[in-house]
Amino acid sequence: MNDILEGLVSAFWLVVTFDPDLMQISLRSLQVSLSALVIASAIALPLGTFLAIRRFRYRRLTISLLNALMGLPPVVVGLIVYILLSRSGPFGVLGLLFTPTAMIIAQVIIITPLIASITHQAMRELWAEYHDLLISLNTSGWQRIKTLIWDGRRNLLTASLAGFGRAIGEVGAIMIVGGNIDNATRVLTTAIALETGKGDFALALALGFVLIALAIGINVSIHWLSRTEREGRW
Amino acid sequence: MSRMLPLTLKDVAVRRRGKRLLGPVNLTLHPEGLTMIVGPNGSGKTTLLRVMHGVERLSDGSATWAVAEEEARHRQAYVFQTPIMLRRTVADNLRYPLQLIATPRAEIETRVNHWARRIGLEARMGLQATRLSGGEKQKLALARALIRKPDVLFLDEPCANLDGASTRDIESILQTALAEKTRIIMTTHDLGQARRLAGDALFMLHGVVHERGPASDFFSAPQTAELQAFFRGDIIA
Repeated sequence: MNDILEGLVSAFWLVVTFDPDLMQISLRSLQVSLSALVIASAIALPLGTFLAIRRFRYRRLTISLLNALMGLPPVVVGLIVYILLSRSGPFGVLGLLFTPTAMIIAQVIIITPLIASITHQAMRELWAEYHDLLISLNTSGWQRIKTLIWDGRRNLLTASLAGFGRAIGEVGAIMIVGGNIDNATRVLTTAIALETGKGDFALALALGFVLIALAIGINVSIHWLSRTEREGRW
Repeated sequence: MSRMLPLTLKDVAVRRRGKRLLGPVNLTLHPEGLTMIVGPNGSGKTTLLRVMHGVERLSDGSATWAVAEEEARHRQAYVFQTPIMLRRTVADNLRYPLQLIATPRAEIETRVNHWARRIGLEARMGLQATRLSGGEKQKLALARALIRKPDVLFLDEPCANLDGASTRDIESILQTALAEKTRIIMTTHDLGQARRLAGDALFMLHGVVHERGPASDFFSAPQTAELQAFFRGDIIA
């Protein structure tokens, strides 16, 4: 109990004094996870929608594969990205290992299936509702995808936020490919792991509270910006 | 009068999972007027309408317009029995079909305003369409179907579950469309409505056209025993 209280107090002081280390770590966390979110959404939202409206040969297989990939262990993803990016690996020449870019790549791989799968669920229902009308209006495939994405945007927001939640709290993969290097690839989660290992529970807890506050803050502000759950908009 | 017609159905059959839903149907639809399709539930009215509209996969036969398939697809509209509302505002629902065919913005707004007045929803244009009442939704669906000025309009029980006032509004819109030479093909369970609107009529039973004729003969002197029984209100098995 004492530890938690101390953690809260030091979290408070770290935040109000704009502790430069904390700021840097938090901003890097945000930068990595938001970049991963944008890239993953750009892939997963059209992919999930496409899977909902198109019938093709291996569709069922693709969907079950996608659902299985939602549970990808981040450590394994980290390991594979590590091997691919390491000096002796196929992409070694790019020199990306232990950079924020490597961390973004790993997180994109982890959250894309999650976002695509939730998107597919939501879009399937919307498509069932719209199907007859859109066929009747003689829409092209691309027009259908655009219509579904636009009218289902609230559901897609939920899908993206689920992806963001997974990315910002993820530690296994970015620890391996980022290396938790001070001033370079240290983010909130890896810093927490490090401080806990060193026995500095107060600092670890403080970072933990900042992380939670950050996640809540992002969610609330995105909901506020997109005006969900407001009277007259839904 | 549209050069799309006549529409010719030749040996059309629709089977699903080994069950025959429609056919064989041989039918020619002439260029003008309103064709009313009546018949008991499950007799194939909706399937026939969907076949004509080109959204039902045929197991057999063919449905051909007087113009090329692609052009025909652009010039027809369909109103579903349960109106499908896009999760958008009333105004955006009306704009949608026009936006799909890249209509100039000024033209879109002119037509949207015209139809908003016509269906009496001009004060509710900013409202989410899903919040409208049943009658309002059906009127919106009808306006959305007519806003592209289709040559042919299909309606599947447009007045099912509507009260007298809404039914009258919808019939008045249909009369105007008819006067503007829109070809209308619709189904109904309301025999009063069938008599009021029909130019000619089809009686569907067990997936085939059981009787057909101009409205005057069809309603006053039905030929087959089944149609006579149907008009008497008997239950036809």
